[in-house]
Amino acid sequence: MATKVLDITKEHCPMTFVKTKIELAKLKEGDILEVLLSEGEPLENVPRSATEQGFNVLSVEFVEGTTHKVIIKK
Amino acid sequence: MEKKLSIIAFSGDFDKLTAVFTLATGAAAVGYEVNLFFTFWGLDALKKKQGRAFIGGNWLTRIFGFLMGGLNVAPNSRFNFLGIGPKVFRGLMRKNNVATLEELVEAAKALGINFYACEMAMHVLGLSKDDFIPEVKDVLGVASFLKLSDGGQTLFI
Repeated sequence: MATKVLDITKEHCPMTFVKTKIELAKLKEGDILEVLLSEGEPLENVPRSATEQGFNVLSVEFVEGTTHKVIIKK
Repeated sequence: MEKKLSIIAFSGDFDKLTAVFTLATGAAAVGYEVNLFFTFWGLDALKKKQGRAFIGGNWLTRIFGFLMGGLNVAPNSRFNFLGIGPKVFRGLMRKNNVATLEELVEAAKALGINFYACEMAMHVLGLSKDDFIPEVKDVLGVASFLKLSDGGQTLFI
């Protein structure tokens, strides 16, 4: 079981979703992906689309400024 | 039911292809099945030779092939300024950390988006499947495209 951190705070649509999806696809059962993302569209849609695709969103935490951390488990 | 987006990529313009690949990669990343059907000028995006090259069946289509070129020489639909426009846009996109057209195409491949080429347009332009990148899954006609896109959303760009 591994944990990987992905920072998409500097990315824009659609690469926010694309980079998350590519990392999610690499996860093995039990692995965790921590995604650092910004408010607005990424924060609203990254956790939602991960859930829709069958991943487990463990938490969404505020980090600082406009940055949030979403913890996703396969 | 699985969500599905199918796009008919008719335009070979840099800006319109950017729209095609932005929508396609975004949709694939949030779990959509995505089908891209390239026809007429849109076929330029699939060429292996991304610059200008004399490809095509006879002398006339070879000239067409050269004038149309590939992804690297795709013109802007507005503010093209003899090809300077797309270069300026590429620079602006890099500067603002927005994915460039080439990055979006690579992302589309990584996401397993389905690329299809229009059989009729290929015939007219003298292009064969060998002229295209290997990611092109199949060469199709209208009936097959309708079957593929059935039950999802379809766009024409």
